[in-house]
Amino acid sequence: MKKYTFTEKKDTRSGFGAGMQVLGQTNPNVVAMCADLVGSLKLDAFIKENPERFIQCGISEANMIGMAAGLTIGGKIPFATTFANFGSGRVYDQIRQSVAYSDKNVKIAVSHAGLTLGEDGATHQILEDLAMMRALPGMTVINPCDYNQTKAATIAVAEYEGPVYLRFGRPVIPVFTDADQKFEIGKAWMVNEGTDVSIFATGHLVWEAIQAGEMLEAEGINAEIINIHTIKPLDEKAILKSVKKTGCLVSAEEHQVAGGLGSAIAELLIQGTPYPQEFIAVKDSFGESGTPAQLMEKYGLTANDIVAAAKRAIARKK
Amino acid sequence: MTELQSIASQVRRDILRMVHGCQSGHPGGSLGCTDLLVALYFQQMKINNRKGKGGYLSFNLDGKGEDLFFLSNGHISPVFYSVLARRGYFDVKELATFRKINTRLQGHPTTHEGLPGIRIASGSLGQGLSVAIGAALAKKLNGEKNIVYCLMGDGEQQEGQVWEAVQFAPNNNVDNLVAFVDVNGQQIDGSTNKVNNNRDLGAKYKAFGWRVVTVDGNNMDELTTLLRKIKRLVGKGQPIAVMMKTEMGQGVDFMMHSHKWHGVAPNDAQLEQALAQLPETLGDY
Repeated sequence: MKKYTFTEKKDTRSGFGAGMQVLGQTNPNVVAMCADLVGSLKLDAFIKENPERFIQCGISEANMIGMAAGLTIGGKIPFATTFANFGSGRVYDQIRQSVAYSDKNVKIAVSHAGLTLGEDGATHQILEDLAMMRALPGMTVINPCDYNQTKAATIAVAEYEGPVYLRFGRPVIPVFTDADQKFEIGKAWMVNEGTDVSIFATGHLVWEAIQAGEMLEAEGINAEIINIHTIKPLDEKAILKSVKKTGCLVSAEEHQVAGGLGSAIAELLIQGTPYPQEFIAVKDSFGESGTPAQLMEKYGLTANDIVAAAKRAIARKK
Repeated sequence: MTELQSIASQVRRDILRMVHGCQSGHPGGSLGCTDLLVALYFQQMKINNRKGKGGYLSFNLDGKGEDLFFLSNGHISPVFYSVLARRGYFDVKELATFRKINTRLQGHPTTHEGLPGIRIASGSLGQGLSVAIGAALAKKLNGEKNIVYCLMGDGEQQEGQVWEAVQFAPNNNVDNLVAFVDVNGQQIDGSTNKVNNNRDLGAKYKAFGWRVVTVDGNNMDELTTLLRKIKRLVGKGQPIAVMMKTEMGQGVDFMMHSHKWHGVAPNDAQLEQALAQLPETLGDY
């Protein structure tokens, strides 16, 4: 098992803020928009350095998405930002018609996705956004795994022409990817090569998968771990190559089991050779209040859960 | 008949024939807003007159250096398509493909099929004003002096997003923006007063900080006079809202004074009866 270490823990949303600061300095067309959550989205540096390129929308997410679509017509690259709940489900029709169907170069960049929002509870813990966004034709859906990857992804999506849903979160987690990485949209990242089971993880679950890999190694199981940071377009080649080698898989995401990463992989595999697949995801339930760690444990999204799922998948191979 | 009135008569013929041709679509609001779209595209708006492939107007989606128009109530696509074709964006013959399989003239306007003249999809109501504000903000960021126009329906004013946009624009000095509300008093299920009363729309826009003017949208002289005045009202710190009184079905006697023809196509006899009231001025497609 390849060794991953970290010296600090940071929130992925701060990676977004850092990426936006870089874009503010390097790309004059980038415009930041926010619906009354500037502090939560870590936009302070961008706003301080580029006040004329920041649009405070107030608590009006539908209007923000529409204005973002309009801004692209004048050649701007708007980053419409809010919590994931308000940047997906609340404005689905606006995204569908004014952004996706209209082929607009809007970047919807959202924080506080999933259970790890914590104490605010289920009203704010969106667990269906990947499914909704993935269903939209032409939409690119990205869920990076740590601070550095989120920063790199933020910079990369500005260079890409087309609508993007970029999802990140609130809790501080280990920073374990390279600081100077180049983010390639749609290209899976091989975290660890293995032979017994493939673990495909996205977002906060990647670190859990790494810990699970170490625990499995201690039991003599050699897990292949792949970071699927881009849920759409899915790196089909990387997934097929891996499962062909290992013969079974676990998908891991901070999202409903319906429609997310696991579903995307299952849709792919069932069209060829199906392999035993176990899903680490929220199983048709809303979240609730609690600390991020308590919630991840209660809803079965920890390294221990991945270990158990990997063993189940391996057992089903026979 | 003035030149603009003459074009409007032909556009109304196009609308009726398009809707009749596919036996679907929305003639009522299209006929009501014909005068505005003709006045905007044939006189008011500064648009790129350069011709490109096939002799049609060359269309750039970014609209740099041009005035822009956004149709928020996308169901009145027939008037939009006819005016774009008559203005020279594409062949008027293509109007015959309206709402038919593989057409660029989808039931509701879209950029997805690459039809010149369209910059945003609309149809799901309440979204166009936000898009127009965004485009107006981009013009300001780019240092362009052009005007962005937007047309909405009065029934559409019942959508919440409209009021998010109405609140935003004056607070952010979006004064290169002109929003028309087509006040025809009708929507699918009946009169707007009965379905969900908008009350005094002009007073509401004014209270939100807009400069509000009113016009008879079916009186070409009054309309063009107002549009000339609007060119002097922009750039003064306030967005401009035009409460435009129109008659749904304007120009066809049996389609007027009712919500009945909001989304119903005429049959053969009705088409004949309607066309008899509208002189063919530029040649039917």
